[in-house]
Parts: sequence; structure tokens; C-alpha cells
Amino acid sequence: MSNPNNVSLNINHALEFIDGNALNIPTLSILTEDGDIHPSATAPAISKHTAIKLYETMRFIRLLDERMQGAQRQGRVSFYMQCLGEEAAVTASAAALDQEDMIMAQYREQAALHYRGFTLDQFMNQMFSNELDLGKGRQMPIHYGSNELNYMTISSPLGTQIPQATGYAYGQKVKHIDAKTGELASIIDNVTICYFGEGAASEGDFHAGLNMAAVHKAPVIFFARNNGYAISTPADEQFKGDGIASRGVGYGIKTIRVDGTDALAVFAATQKAREIASTQGEPVLIESIAYRLGAHSTSDDPSGYRSKDEEANYKTCPIEKFKKWLVKQQWLNEEDDLKAKESIREDILAALKRAEVVQKPALEELVSDVYDTPIPSLVRQYNELKEHIQKHPDAYPVTSGRIK
Amino acid sequence: MAKMNMLHAINSALDITMNEHPQACIFGEDVGYFGGVFRATSGLQEKYGKHRVFNTPLTEQGILGFANGLAAFGAPALAEIQFADYIFPAFDQIVNESAKFRYRSGNEFNVGTLTVRTPYGGGIAGGLYHSQSPEAYFAHTPGLKIVVPRNPYQAKGLLRASIKDDNPVIFFEPKRLYRASTGEVPEEDYSIELGKAEVVQEGSDITVLAWGAQMEIIEDAAKQASEQGIHCEVIDLRSILPWDIDTIAKSVTKTGRLVISHEAPITNGFGAEIAASIQQACFLHLESPILRVCGLDTPYPLALEKEYVPDALKVLAAIKQSMDF
Repeated sequence: MSNPNNVSLNINHALEFIDGNALNIPTLSILTEDGDIHPSATAPAISKHTAIKLYETMRFIRLLDERMQGAQRQGRVSFYMQCLGEEAAVTASAAALDQEDMIMAQYREQAALHYRGFTLDQFMNQMFSNELDLGKGRQMPIHYGSNELNYMTISSPLGTQIPQATGYAYGQKVKHIDAKTGELASIIDNVTICYFGEGAASEGDFHAGLNMAAVHKAPVIFFARNNGYAISTPADEQFKGDGIASRGVGYGIKTIRVDGTDALAVFAATQKAREIASTQGEPVLIESIAYRLGAHSTSDDPSGYRSKDEEANYKTCPIEKFKKWLVKQQWLNEEDDLKAKESIREDILAALKRAEVVQKPALEELVSDVYDTPIPSLVRQYNELKEHIQKHPDAYPVTSGRIK
Repeated sequence: MAKMNMLHAINSALDITMNEHPQACIFGEDVGYFGGVFRATSGLQEKYGKHRVFNTPLTEQGILGFANGLAAFGAPALAEIQFADYIFPAFDQIVNESAKFRYRSGNEFNVGTLTVRTPYGGGIAGGLYHSQSPEAYFAHTPGLKIVVPRNPYQAKGLLRASIKDDNPVIFFEPKRLYRASTGEVPEEDYSIELGKAEVVQEGSDITVLAWGAQMEIIEDAAKQASEQGIHCEVIDLRSILPWDIDTIAKSVTKTGRLVISHEAPITNGFGAEIAASIQQACFLHLESPILRVCGLDTPYPLALEKEYVPDALKVLAAIKQSMDF
């Protein structure tokens, strides 16, 4: 780069400002509401196996969300977050990736995790913070994570995963440096996808993460789920300009906007993004537009800040839309689908009952994993606590009977 | 052995690491070709290439976010924050992310390969924003290790240990000593165990404790005290987290007196934690109250720096006050 200002000077003698809304980024749409391919669109190459797995994941997550929302209302779990309306955005993007690609999610991406193979029991064990939870009962419900499935454990603070995804992806790239020449290989095996909501794009981490990814050419796919609301704050009170996609362009990142209710459009866009990231070693931004049909979480009530009329305008069901296409492909029939739903509901209820009676993590999990091995002060504190509990076992029934 | 200043010693530790691990990366503001504002990374980009030693945009939050991700991938992430005063934009990434990565995931993921280097402390006429000692903020957060070396030999050995340690470490470098402190340093690799204090000088009358740049101040005070017949046991804490209560307690049990000195403001400084813990551990052995000689509870000043700092004369006064109690 010979230009120290890193701009292309295009000298103009008229005093003109570029309008803040000058970018008008199109939205990729492939499927019609009736499950047909738009006449001018091209369907992506997707195998029957992948398409069915994608559908089954969306169907499963919808049913899990419904049941767990109910379980929270019954007081059986403390908290839940649905991905109602965004099932296609999350699942189809995950389906376009390699199993070894890293997923760094925000919190509403349970479908991506299930697509990877996270089992119903694993979901339940995390939500019930029991001793089988991979996270050892340390975080609120829906903070899933799995090393085996390359799904980074969720962190509550918003946007923190965005620069982390850049760093992780940079590691995936640096792995390919030739030790002798110091040059990079042309193909990067695996990339990172980073999901976040449009609200998280207001955090400093978003700017930091995208800017660093652009400058250092990290093979990361930024997947912005623009669902219209950050808890109760609508997008028009969150940012100005043309959505999140326009920011990608501002950072010098290849960008696309897709209809997030259209599984085929999301799949096609992510497949292409992955190709760009892995062959050109650079970041890509996808902005998915899919209205958040449900509440932010079980602690939220959207009737307080938006009207039924507004919600009715966005009633497109991404799962139904994709199902229509599958039926037309003769890859799915309604009768089998209904039967499967019944059986999944039963499985969910059984898993819920199993998980809620599994005991809580043992006392030593209170001090493990703070460091690789507990530091001396922590060992002292643990021993004091243990002694105290042993003196008063009735006051600490969850752990007192199991102290080693 | 070679005579090195602290910057050379740090450079040598980084060089060994870069050579040892093909995915290790050094990054931060101006650390690339320029070698950092203090030149700690000089020559490393030429040696290891722009993909592994590089300038970042001016974003401390981004540097630490990136570092957390790179470390989660498993690569040694050697991040530099140009001045410890500018670490606060990265505070969330450090205390909420680096520190909690392993715990919150049940050890599904960790950032044990992360080391953050940052110059701290006063004495360079840097005023408010180039002189702070923020170690206590981080010492309140479980999951981090915090290390402060006092001279070039310590810097290289402790930095290598910090890099090899399987936990995120913040390595505070006393910038006043970068060039001022020189000494014999082995050119080959060696490590100094983290979490251990060092008894730098044995003595029977009173224990005087500090870390980093403040060590030369208390050593000076101890020398003046000895001329007045007071034999100080001088201890370098070296690791702020975890900290070596056993060595300090053993010393205070012997001497019965303790003076703690640090540059950071006194209120809630790390000296407060030490005083409370040693008071509990050594109550029956104490001959006088534990005293602290620290910065005032003001921002670090410019023109009146000499008055502000816990200098040798103030430390000596505290030693005498303790002896006379």
C-alpha cells in the first residue's frame, strides 16, 4: 500500500456530502412464501441429506423452545430464550459450514448447536445446571458450549465474542504459515462464524472486531442477526444508516444482506462466504433480516413495547416456508412430519424429567477451573468451606453428603 | 551471561517463545517494525514476519478481544498494551472474558496461552495517563495471574514463566527501569516460578515488602536504615496474584513488623489485602501495626511527583515509626 491515507483520491470540485443513507444494500431472497424458487433466483446446491437435517433441526428447536418456555413459566427452569422467527437464519448458516469450523454465538443460536450434534440431554443438563452439564452448572440456562462440537461457550456480555472470533480465525490462518518462508498457504482449512444481534453491533467490541478482522484478514464470517429489537429497543433507536450491512462496507469487508426467513438464501450466502473466507483469507459480513417473533427472553414482555399489528406483519414462518419447498421436492410428507413432531415432544418431556432430578455439581466444582489448578489461597478457602459444611451438613444438603 | 537492560531481557524472552512455537504471535500498537514505543519488540518482525509480529489498530478492547480468541485457539497470544494506563478500555475483555473463560465453560475452553505485557508506573514525568499502577483492579478478579518483575534477570525469567503458565497472565513492566536497570542475564532460556516471593535481603528487625519499580526504593530505605542499626528483611513479592502469603508470614513471624510499599494509591491498593491477611496470620507475632507507604488517593500528578511518590525517605520514616511503636 503506497498511499499512507489508505484512500483512493477522487478529486471533486463541488462541495458535496455523501448521504448517510446512500448505500441501499439489496436483500437476497430465493424462496417464495409458497416454497417455490423465485423466477430470477438460483437455488443453491443442497443435498437431500443436508436439506432434511436442516429442516429437522429447525423443527426440533421450535418444539424445544415451546416446551422450555412453558417449563420456565412453570418455574422448572429459571430462564429461557427462544429463537422464534430466526430458526432458518441460524440453522441454514450452520448447515453451510464444515463441522470443524468454529461457531462463536451470542445466545440465541441453539439451532446451530443442535445441527452440530448437541443432544437433547445435553441441552437439558445445561438448563438444569446439574452435574452432567458440560459447563458444570456455572452459568444461566442457554449458555451452552462444547469443545467437541467446536461451539464456543456462550458469555453473557454482549459482543465480546466478536473480536474473539477475529482472533480465533486468525489462529486458524496462522496455522498455515510456512515455517521456512513465513508465507501463508492459499487455502485455510477452517474458518470461524460469529453470530450477534443488531443490538450488539452498538458495542465497542463490534467495531474493534470488524476493524481488526479487515486489517489483518482473518477468515471470519460475521453473521448479524438483525431481528429488529435489542430487548425492547427497536433498531431505529439503535443505529442509523442502512442496517448493519452498511457498516461492513465501511470497514472494507465483503458484505451481503439476506432474507433470514429464507433457509435457501441464508445457506447460499453462507456457503459463498465460507468460500471467500477460506480461499481469500478475509472476513465476510452477512446481515440476516428476520423479525424476532417472540420475546427477547422469558424476562421480557414485548406487548409492552410493540403492537400486535406490527407482529402480524412479520408472521412469515421460516420453517413452514422451507417445509413447503421440501414437500415440493418430494423429500418430506406431511403425515411423517406430524408423527415426528409428536415423538419429539415426548422425547423432550422425558429428557426434561431426567435432567431435573440429576444432582447438582459436587462442591469441588466450586473451585475447579478458576485456574488450571487451584491456587493456594483457593485451596485454603475450599478447605475452610468444606470444614464448615461438614460441621453443618443440614444447612447445605446439596453438597454435604458428597464431600470427598 | 550477558549484560542486558530490562528491554533486552524482555525481547530475549519473546524471541525464545517465537522460536519455540510456530503459531505464537506478538501484537499491539506500534509493536511491528517500530518495535513498540519502548522498543521491547525490536527486530522480532524482521525475524518472524508480519503475520506473527504486527501492529494493531488503536483499540485496546480489540487487542484483548483478539488475544482471547487467538489464545482460545491455542496459539501463544503475546499482547502488548502500550501503557498500563490504557488497559481500561480492555477491562471487560480481561476481567469478564480472559479471567472467566475456563471457569464458565467448565474447561471446555480456556485462554491459558494469553500473556498481556504492559508498562506501568511513574518516574518518567508522564503525569496522569502515563504513570498508573493498576494491578489491584485485576487482583480482585479470580482467574488471572499478575506478575511484576524488578530487574532484567527477573523480567526474563518471570516473563518466560508467565508465557508457559497455563493461565492468562498480566505482566506489568516497570517502565522507569526499562533502560535504567541493567544486569547479568543468561542468553539461554530459564524460568522463575510464579507465585513465589523472594527474600532479597535477610534481616531480623522488620520486614519491608514491595514489588516492581518500588523494590529499588525500599532497598535504598533498608540501606539507610541499616546505617542507623535497623536490620530490614527485604522481600520482592514478584507475583501479585497468586501471592505468596507463606513467605511473608514466615518473615513477619520472625521480625514482628511489616512495612508494605507500592506506587498505586493507598485505598484498596494491593497492600490492603496483604495487611489484612498478614494481620490474621501473624497477629500474635506482631510488635507494631502493619504500615503502608503508598501513593496518595489522587490521580498520579505531574509537577508534584516528588511529593506524591512513596520515596525512600518516606519508607525510612515508616520503618522508624514501626520500630519506635
